[in-house]
Amino acid sequence: MHASLPDVDPLIARLADAIAPTLTPDTVIVGIHTGGVWVAERLHAILHCALPLGTLDISFYRDDFSRIGLHPQVKPSNLPFDLEGRDIVLVDDVLHSGRTVRAAMNELFDYGRPASIRLAVLVDRGSHELPIRPDFTGLTLDVPPHQNINLSRLDDGHLTLSLA
Amino acid sequence: MNLQLTSDGRLRHLLTLDGLPRAILTQILDTAESFMDVGEREVKKVPLLRGKSIFNLFFEPSTRTRTTFEIAAKRLSADVVNLNIATSSQTKGEAILDTVDNLAAMHADMFIVRHAQSGAAHFIARHVAPHISVVNAGDGRHAHPTQGLLDMFTIRRFKGEFHNLTVAIVGDVLHSRVARSQIHALTTLGVPEVRVIGPKTLLPAGVEQMGVKVFHNMEAGLAGCDVIIMLRLQNERMKGALLPSAQEYFKFFGLTPEKLALAKPDAIVMHPGPMNRGVEIDSEVADGPQSVILPQVTYGIAVRMAVMALLAGTGNA
Repeated sequence: MHASLPDVDPLIARLADAIAPTLTPDTVIVGIHTGGVWVAERLHAILHCALPLGTLDISFYRDDFSRIGLHPQVKPSNLPFDLEGRDIVLVDDVLHSGRTVRAAMNELFDYGRPASIRLAVLVDRGSHELPIRPDFTGLTLDVPPHQNINLSRLDDGHLTLSLA
Repeated sequence: MNLQLTSDGRLRHLLTLDGLPRAILTQILDTAESFMDVGEREVKKVPLLRGKSIFNLFFEPSTRTRTTFEIAAKRLSADVVNLNIATSSQTKGEAILDTVDNLAAMHADMFIVRHAQSGAAHFIARHVAPHISVVNAGDGRHAHPTQGLLDMFTIRRFKGEFHNLTVAIVGDVLHSRVARSQIHALTTLGVPEVRVIGPKTLLPAGVEQMGVKVFHNMEAGLAGCDVIIMLRLQNERMKGALLPSAQEYFKFFGLTPEKLALAKPDAIVMHPGPMNRGVEIDSEVADGPQSVILPQVTYGIAVRMAVMALLAGTGNA
């Protein structure tokens, strides 16, 4: 149905263009492991953010822990700034059910009380299960429920989207 | 059948480090690494074990170990109940299982067990329902796996790798469940040279078969070491005629700045606590720049969080 998926770089550029006018000195970019961090790294560089990039691993906040256990490769979360009063741009690669974003917001609030959180996603694929919508979207795509859309990173750092 | 692992090789109980595959040890250490920052946050908690009940079942007194298990469980948002059960000499196996059954009827999800008798945690693990996990918090002279793991975590944090290290364990290896767990973990993780140093009366017969080099002279044993692990000398051993006196022991096997100077200049000094200052370790060393004894305590929380999180995740699968 989607014979070819678009290149990722123009999608990130589109996200950056949308985010740029909203930047404040208190804006921090926070990526969700793993794909969200790749996108967040790009945005952080393009937007010349003064504050360091934040990364979140939401494994400890997942709502399916009691069914599937701990993710085998948990990475440390790293938020090298005080969250109090910040404007957070939370970045993920694909918005699907919205459960990852919910978990990420729960985790963020355990670090402090941000002034605002906005959501930037590379792809909004639909099939949401929670009242969570992106503020910035690279691409809106209607993916059938049985299919997955994945972001992967090649050895040279190039990002690509694929359907499986 | 390995009581500790599920049929698909995941951690089911943590009873001993003996025979635990390297991949599992590494998984626990890696998971602990990601729990490290939870203690630094505004809210020192993650919701992973919300709604789970963990029972600290201590048949033998312990302050530090029980406290770190309690803090670890609370940081995972579990409900923790501490039970200090005084064991009388006539306490029998049946009585332990009665206690366990009663707690299981209160919907326990995990038991943390310390007992003066070797094999107590295994005994309970064999008995409990499939959804309950057991963690051995020290059984007799046998094993203290979470202490062994936090020691490995400490070594990895300060030394980075295991494959190029010389590690010495000094003191009362004979009575030490900690030493046994350390030796198993060090050899599994690929430490090429593990030494045990102590008087003949405090080293178990045949300890060489665990893959260690034996030294009765501390100066010789410390030469070139990267990591020195001091063991607690239990004062009650003095009465058993295993040692002449604490002063005599300190002279030969106490870690002083002079003896420490024989190890590598960047060697770290570890101790599972509580320390007998002036018996196995000089205060100048215990509080000195090469001591990592207090970081060990801090890391113990993250390591115990990792063990409990991995076990709770498997128990429901």
